[in-house]
Amino acid sequence: MSVYLRPDNLEEALDALQRRPLTVLAGGTDYYPGRVGRPLDDDLLDLTGIAALRGIADEGDRWRIGALATWTDLVRADLPACFDGLKDAAREVGGVQIQNAGTIAGNLCNASPAADGAPNLAALEAEVELSAADGVRRLPVTEFLTGNRTTALGPGEIVTAVLVPKLPDNAASAFLKLGARRYLVISIVMIGIVLVPDGAAVSDARIAVGACSPVTRRLPALETALNGRPLDGTLGEAVSADAVHAVLSPIDDVRGSAGYRLDATVTMLRRGLSEMGRRMGAGA
Amino acid sequence: MNIAAAATTLTVNGEETALRSPPATRLADALRSELGLTGTKVGCDAGDCGACTVLLDGEQVCSCMVAVAQAAGRDVTTVEGLARDGALSDLQAAFLRHGAAQCGICTPGMLMAARDLLDRNPSPTEEQAADALGGVLCRCTGYRKIVEAVLDVAGSQDCAPPEFVSGTGPDNDRAVGARIERLDGAQKLTGDEVFGADFAPPDALTLRVLRSPIARGRFEIGDLDSFRQARPGIAAVLTAADIPGSNAFGVYPVGKDQPVLADRIVRYRGEAVLAVVGNAGAVAALRDEDLPVVWHEEAPVTGIDAASTPDAALVQGHRDSNVLARGRVVKGDVERGFADADFVAEGAWRTSFVEHAYIEPEAGWARRIGDRLEIHVSTQSPYMDRDETALILGIGEEQVRIVPTACGGGFGGKLDISVQPLIALAAWTLGAPVRCTYTRPESMASSTKRHPAAIRARAGCTADGRLTAFEFHGDFDTGAYASWGPTVADRVPVHAAGPYVIPHVKNTSCAWLTNAPPSGAFRGFGVPQSAIANEALLDDLAGQCGLDPLAFRLKNAIRKGDETSSGQVLEHSAGLAACFEALQPDWDRERAEADRINRAGGPLRRGVGVAGMWYGCGNTSMSNPSTMKLGISAEGQVTLYNGAMDMGQGPNTIMPQIAADALGVPVDRIANVAGDTDRTADAGKSSASRQTFVSGRATQIAGETLRANILRLANVGPAAALDIGDGRIVLRDGDAERTLDLRAMAPDAEGDVLAADGTFDPPTKPLDANGQGVPYATYGFGAHLAVVDIDIELGTIKVRRIVAAHDVGRAINPTLLEGQIHGGVAQGLGLALMEEFVPGRTENLHDYLIPTFGDVPPIDTILIEDPEPLGPYGAKGIGEQALIPTAPAIFNAVHHATGVRLRHAPALPHRVRDALLAAQEAGHA
Repeated sequence: MSVYLRPDNLEEALDALQRRPLTVLAGGTDYYPGRVGRPLDDDLLDLTGIAALRGIADEGDRWRIGALATWTDLVRADLPACFDGLKDAAREVGGVQIQNAGTIAGNLCNASPAADGAPNLAALEAEVELSAADGVRRLPVTEFLTGNRTTALGPGEIVTAVLVPKLPDNAASAFLKLGARRYLVISIVMIGIVLVPDGAAVSDARIAVGACSPVTRRLPALETALNGRPLDGTLGEAVSADAVHAVLSPIDDVRGSAGYRLDATVTMLRRGLSEMGRRMGAGA
Repeated sequence: MNIAAAATTLTVNGEETALRSPPATRLADALRSELGLTGTKVGCDAGDCGACTVLLDGEQVCSCMVAVAQAAGRDVTTVEGLARDGALSDLQAAFLRHGAAQCGICTPGMLMAARDLLDRNPSPTEEQAADALGGVLCRCTGYRKIVEAVLDVAGSQDCAPPEFVSGTGPDNDRAVGARIERLDGAQKLTGDEVFGADFAPPDALTLRVLRSPIARGRFEIGDLDSFRQARPGIAAVLTAADIPGSNAFGVYPVGKDQPVLADRIVRYRGEAVLAVVGNAGAVAALRDEDLPVVWHEEAPVTGIDAASTPDAALVQGHRDSNVLARGRVVKGDVERGFADADFVAEGAWRTSFVEHAYIEPEAGWARRIGDRLEIHVSTQSPYMDRDETALILGIGEEQVRIVPTACGGGFGGKLDISVQPLIALAAWTLGAPVRCTYTRPESMASSTKRHPAAIRARAGCTADGRLTAFEFHGDFDTGAYASWGPTVADRVPVHAAGPYVIPHVKNTSCAWLTNAPPSGAFRGFGVPQSAIANEALLDDLAGQCGLDPLAFRLKNAIRKGDETSSGQVLEHSAGLAACFEALQPDWDRERAEADRINRAGGPLRRGVGVAGMWYGCGNTSMSNPSTMKLGISAEGQVTLYNGAMDMGQGPNTIMPQIAADALGVPVDRIANVAGDTDRTADAGKSSASRQTFVSGRATQIAGETLRANILRLANVGPAAALDIGDGRIVLRDGDAERTLDLRAMAPDAEGDVLAADGTFDPPTKPLDANGQGVPYATYGFGAHLAVVDIDIELGTIKVRRIVAAHDVGRAINPTLLEGQIHGGVAQGLGLALMEEFVPGRTENLHDYLIPTFGDVPPIDTILIEDPEPLGPYGAKGIGEQALIPTAPAIFNAVHHATGVRLRHAPALPHRVRDALLAAQEAGHA
């Protein structure tokens, strides 16, 4: 009979994981779909009994999103506007059933190229906290995600939190998703935007694109081009196709062609940025 | 801390309970198998469909993705916890009143999601309701009546169903024409309804099918004895060699070509190869790769182009070519017709495999009783199942009894047998009851699909807009086996020119065998595909002669006295023009609004399109009788023995409505026995939009015959009123009153003392070599108007509104009709915009997209009643009719908005964007 461990504290979990390989279970929204019609015979480490991993907390210079925090927890949390994009992404993860069970940390661990949480977490320059029996390390989301369904998670390690450094209060964010139906849809393209203004201009732009490369990618050339530009309805004009094409490496699949993904990314970036520029410019 | 052996204590529907399933067990499975709470449905085991939604501490979750251990100490509410003291809750009652449940398989999930919403937000907006229920897929209703029900119970909106006054006038004491709540509705709302996977005897063994992982090749089976001996819980591994009768099935009496279990050769990915039977635990522990089978893959024949090249490999080696069937309808001289034309439009189109995606996967159980077999199964065609299973087992038809369970959606996909012969074979061989439930990927890989089509067509008209000629050729990918391929090849040429008067027609079709899942029956049998082509050509011609597309259609619409492509003169019930006319006010308003919006420019364009349809009710030029029986017991219970399978479309309600009026009793006096081949006569299959028309007429005949018999026995006149009950019938005719003592009469095998049956076979005539004849006794007609927004920079299409007008002959039950139309529109929208089955790639409900709560727009339904004298009280079919015009109306709307003609369904965003860019380059847009 396979093992099912459900400890109530992290130390016990890490200790168990150090002694034997275990499949880590939290929200179950990727574990179970991966085993349709197959036996459920993995040795499991269920984290959901560990109260310390729940919740979203203010830690002074950063926000801690516990490994068990669900998308619904995030939507309901009182967070600054730089999380609005991530909250919009949360509302697009599956249906409410999935949002109530699936975790933000699990979304990263599953490492789908189309992970809904990844673009905004990358744009927020979030870090992943990896805990092991012998210590804790932190990796930026963009380094934690190493490829299609691969991460930097080592043996004996558990993702215990996603850490989001605080931004100025006037930082704003957005999430744009393109899919072929309204609900329950895997993205063709996703865009996460975080803009920190300085007066009526952009001072710090972070742009990330999902579902267009094995992992979510930031667009550094575009970010550079945006910095210093005025916040108004012309902000999207800073987007050049070259800056997008240079970074992304989309594939053709059943959801869309590679060429379409690039084309749509440029359009969505222009629209998203102009809309944010208009909105932030009006509020500045 | 290892809790692998511990029980889990939790509260379910207010009662503390303990679950002994292993801790990683899916909560849905434990609720169903341990607690018997089978109201929670399993549609995908992957969080894609939401049918298993329960409340966990008051929050909706998919119970297929919750480990039993995670529910420890928590509070679970299932659909069984909604009703109070045996009475439906307000929410359930609203679902029933609005017709929000059709087949009922998604209903528990919908109800739980709605409960979650209303507990949090007692007066939601429509958008909030859609957001909250958006995680549950429904394939029947198009979601509109569900949202109405939720908003109604919340008091957010006045949601009274629109008044409908039947053409024969308000007649409130009669059942026909009334918005009667679904008679089998309550059990769909409480979780009591028993679907294919919901029951089997406790000692039933479980059957699991090993399916081919390759599309084409050979295989060798290794040492099965060793395999079985190493696994004590496995009772048998069945192969082709174990089949006592014929290892070939198919829907026609001849040409049966599909093996129940493949014999050395496989022709599509998903084909059944072995059946493993054992106790549930031993079978669940298996992986496909555990079975000793060696596969030798060969290059598959994929798609029509590959199948039709002269040197193509043969899909079925014994045939001369990959042609399964051809169809042909030729009238007049098509070349002369084009010579007469001032304008000609032509084009080519492609469509894709479409999956039925009923939320209930194939499921059932079987047991052997002496020398008979009893099969409980979710099906659309009990008698076909019976006869087919008998042939496979090499036993007599009378030795097989099919007892249909509730059917959680069919749409044509449950006409072909699936689990039936496998569980029958296992139960027959092993002598134990055997159950089988397909997984979602298994269902999608193995079951039939809508035929992909490659169509070339052209049409011509005179300068003043009279159609002169139509020429069509459709190639169809019929997959590896015949299934309903010949039906599609026959039906398409009859319908391909559309419901218009055209003197010269040449329509041909060809069904090509390929190494893909069999293409079979799917709501419309090829006509939805051909309508995309012919309705586009009509718009193009209207444009060329400067006529409004709706006016052009009205000018050419077929009417009573006109002749079809098959040379059939329509004598009755041809309400197409009335359908177009009914759209006129919306057409005028929406077209003007679109023009106003588009003048402003910008990336978002508005388009308004129209399409017409026709569809013959019943089999094409083939006998397809139905027999229905009505009986009265000594106690005075009236029973309808109703073989017309209800898969959500409503025969369990409308047949009793018809019987009630024919006999002259209130509908609530009629008990319904559904589809049991030992108790009901053969009412054919639920397909071809034939049940209301054919079985409905048979019901009417049975009711009228029984009434006539009673009147004669009592010696009263035809106007007599019947009061049946308490062992007697009291007949009142004016001042006269007579009583028949039922208890004094001799009962038959069913316990009925009075009974009558009715048989109806719609009159048709064979088609000659040119497809001339009378293929159908009557046709349904309709027209849809679609309003769409298209984002020309992203290629995304959002349907804003559909207006659907259908000539139904007579509306037996307006609520159910609207439900059929909504569901047809939703499936037509899916066909147009998102549904594309790719074998091996989209075998789940997240890669294969069907419309969700947010994709189906408001739908206005308009019921036209042009009575069909052969139909029951004038009625004819609606099931397939409702789907056919949606996709062409949407594509015509896109053309209106952009000038671009979409030629590849589904119109996924990248295809639309490519088409727009290509047109831009060509200077058209």
